[in-house]
Amino acid sequence: MTTIDDKPSTILTPQEQEWVDQFMDETTLFLGPDPAIMRDHGISSRSGHEERAIAAGVDRLQVERIRKRIAGALDEGYEMCEAQGAAPGAKWGDLTTAIYTAAGDVSYLSCHGVIAFSAILHHPIRYIMKYWKDEPTVGIHEGDGFIHNDARFGNIHNTDQSMIMPIIRGGEIIAWVAATIHEGENGACEPGGMPSGSETPFDDGLRMSPFKIVERGRLRRDLLTFLQHSVRDPKLQLADLKVKITAVRKIMERVDKIIDEVGVDTFVAALRTTVEDVDAEVRRRISELPDGTYRFDQFMDSTLKENILIKFACKITVKGDTMTVDLRGTGPEILNRAINSPLCSVKSMFMQAILAFWWPDLPRCTSAMSCIEIISDEGTWADASYDAPMGQSLQASFRGFSAMQALYSRMSFSTPKKYSNVVANWFNQINTFLWGGITQHGDMVGNLCADLNGMPGGAKPFRDGEDAISPLFCAMADTAEQEVMEEEVPFMQLVSKRLVRDNMGFGKFTGGMGYEMIVAVEGTPQWGFMTVTSGAKFSSVYGMYGGYGCGTYPLAMVKGTNVYEHIRRDNKKFDLSIEKVMNERPFEDGRYATYHMGLQFDIAKDGELYMISQGAGGGYGDPLERLPESVVQDAELGRISRQVAEEIFGVRYDPQTFRLDVEATGAARDAARRARLRRGKPFAEFCAEFVTAEPPKDLLYYGSWGSDTADITATVFTNDGPQRVTAPLKELPLVMVPDRREIKIARLEERVRELEDKHGEEVHRKS
Amino acid sequence: MRVPMTEYLVIDLDTERWVCRVCAQDMGSAHGTYKEGTLVHDRDPRQIHQPVIDPERYEFTFSPDPEYCRILEYYCPGCGTQIEAEYLPPGHPPAVDLLIDVAALRAQWAERGVDPEEIHTYGPGADAQQHTAALKAIGHVR
Repeated sequence: MTTIDDKPSTILTPQEQEWVDQFMDETTLFLGPDPAIMRDHGISSRSGHEERAIAAGVDRLQVERIRKRIAGALDEGYEMCEAQGAAPGAKWGDLTTAIYTAAGDVSYLSCHGVIAFSAILHHPIRYIMKYWKDEPTVGIHEGDGFIHNDARFGNIHNTDQSMIMPIIRGGEIIAWVAATIHEGENGACEPGGMPSGSETPFDDGLRMSPFKIVERGRLRRDLLTFLQHSVRDPKLQLADLKVKITAVRKIMERVDKIIDEVGVDTFVAALRTTVEDVDAEVRRRISELPDGTYRFDQFMDSTLKENILIKFACKITVKGDTMTVDLRGTGPEILNRAINSPLCSVKSMFMQAILAFWWPDLPRCTSAMSCIEIISDEGTWADASYDAPMGQSLQASFRGFSAMQALYSRMSFSTPKKYSNVVANWFNQINTFLWGGITQHGDMVGNLCADLNGMPGGAKPFRDGEDAISPLFCAMADTAEQEVMEEEVPFMQLVSKRLVRDNMGFGKFTGGMGYEMIVAVEGTPQWGFMTVTSGAKFSSVYGMYGGYGCGTYPLAMVKGTNVYEHIRRDNKKFDLSIEKVMNERPFEDGRYATYHMGLQFDIAKDGELYMISQGAGGGYGDPLERLPESVVQDAELGRISRQVAEEIFGVRYDPQTFRLDVEATGAARDAARRARLRRGKPFAEFCAEFVTAEPPKDLLYYGSWGSDTADITATVFTNDGPQRVTAPLKELPLVMVPDRREIKIARLEERVRELEDKHGEEVHRKS
Repeated sequence: MRVPMTEYLVIDLDTERWVCRVCAQDMGSAHGTYKEGTLVHDRDPRQIHQPVIDPERYEFTFSPDPEYCRILEYYCPGCGTQIEAEYLPPGHPPAVDLLIDVAALRAQWAERGVDPEEIHTYGPGADAQQHTAALKAIGHVR
């Protein structure tokens, strides 16, 4: 058969292209995220207004005064949200307020709160300016307010909701003010707003592209009603919309007064000058770092449904006043799992590291990352495409934070002028319980415990990291009063904030410790818990300069028993810890089991125990250099076991009196160093033995294997079962993981047939 | 001139070599990775992060799974100081985590005109200064 290629040429003439463009403009099916907006984190060029305002002359002192007054206004708005917010997250400080230039560049953030919330909002503002400003059915007017939560349009994740309002003078938009709160519930496939179980983007809950919900000062009831019907907690949706609107208006009132005093042009110049000053200062600071390349790769052990290993690769190159962050080598997106993150979310966590841990003295302005080039291929779990679920995108974005935090301590170690302390990695998982169901008051709710904010800090070269101090994303967030929560939800934390022995990053200085939480529900027709993190097989935080990282963290459960009944019968049983419960099994009718930390919404019966632990910060330096007195003190306080004191720290003491044995410690440490010299192999010889051409056969591995290859290794699932492929990212087949329950059923069926064969049982099945 | 690059390593700009800050052991060319000058041990992570709950009865115990995670311990061959601990999947090539442009480093410090070791700090803040000074006084911080 002869085929004839009679397709017309695909090269269009200018006239034809114009017709195509016109046709496409007139017949747009729908507006998705705009790649031109979403791939760009640089500051915009000066507007004509900004040019004129700056050309007229900028009084630096006045700029500083304006900046300080804006900071005061933003902090006031922040405190209003914190005091009045209905979302648990708001009460603990997981929110922020910020002011933006007309083009959407963040000029200043509130001094408290989550930097990353605001650091990403230039995307939706630019979207509003590009698509809605001149759209006859939308437009932007005084008193308007836009709501937004979809991460693909510029958000950390869909559980955070923003209220964005324009400041308009003389008919011109001169700035924007916004408030963002971690709201929790958003109608996702599981309660609480960040489902570990989402398998499509449609499972991720509300997907609000930026749209106008406040029109000329009035909250639109029709849209509000639609939103309330889309979530489990309609009261929360209404209450916090009002809270954000009120806070933003208060900030705008303060800003109006500033503008009335200094004039529009001076105000516009002040916002723009801040953005440009920070950009210039960042270039200068980069030039202080030693030229070179710095690499920090991380491995994540879970899709939140099954255990895998997926890489987050990060290499930074510094040359003069330029910095490039290269994420190539990162594993592919998994199209039916919740761990994927859009690149903008990862970048917002870069910004979190930069403004909170690199250069915390800078004005809190997101041009701090403008000049940093970021190289990433779309289609990885850290740069996910439009069709990928992102319910638990923090898995990728928080590793972006960790990469930047770890690498800065390396890049800046030699510099004579430092802007922050050298520090090992903060813990980077939100080990907490998400929950949902019907409360003792009859309300349907879904949200989470504040313990996600109890992340321990990394060790510094001169002191231990702090225990359960604050989340990496918010320096001043609170872990809340559990007793207050218990007035609103039908479960108790039977153990709350009890440190877990040996749960620290060991080192010359140790990473901060994490605490355990044990919860059990009672007196509700329906309730359930979830956990949404990784790090049960592969540590999620590593140490620095010879220090170790954190351990790994299980979810432990005791089902089929009611511990409240046990405790009522015998109150001596109210002496709980994960270690005690799981090892001693005091509730004889219970079923004891451990899992990884990805628990999809699990219905809890009265008195069943769910137990997890916060992680630990990374350790700093060789543990054999830790002051022996500090080791003994830790042992006396029960922070570490004697075994750890002896084996990891090489310290000897009397376990009765906790008196340090100086001589024996010296001898033990000398022996430990000699043992290292005996067992350590020269690097080349070690690599020849250790390094393999590909990952272990049965390990579901995703990412580059090593850093000298452009190929990505992945296991894909075909009709013939799992197959490992190695290819450039663009050539990889789509990665989708089979349903783990089907795999389990298939295994069980296979086993049943084996046993039937073994025992000669004949079974007639119909298919 | 010696530039502190990590807690345990300097780059000696005169010899262009990595050098141990504890015992002055030569660790290889500063143009390459310092790891080439180290001794390495593949550590079972369960020995470091020891189980809190019974590994005989439970899959997840607070200890990393050695089939997923190994800890590569890097030692100075002179003094046995552990200068790095790298968490890797079994068989994964170690990362080249630091590759410094030595000529640029020399030019940077020539322009600064000060001794990098003398003026080295761990960062700003009264807290950092006080702790560092106190620990230096007892010889606990270099």
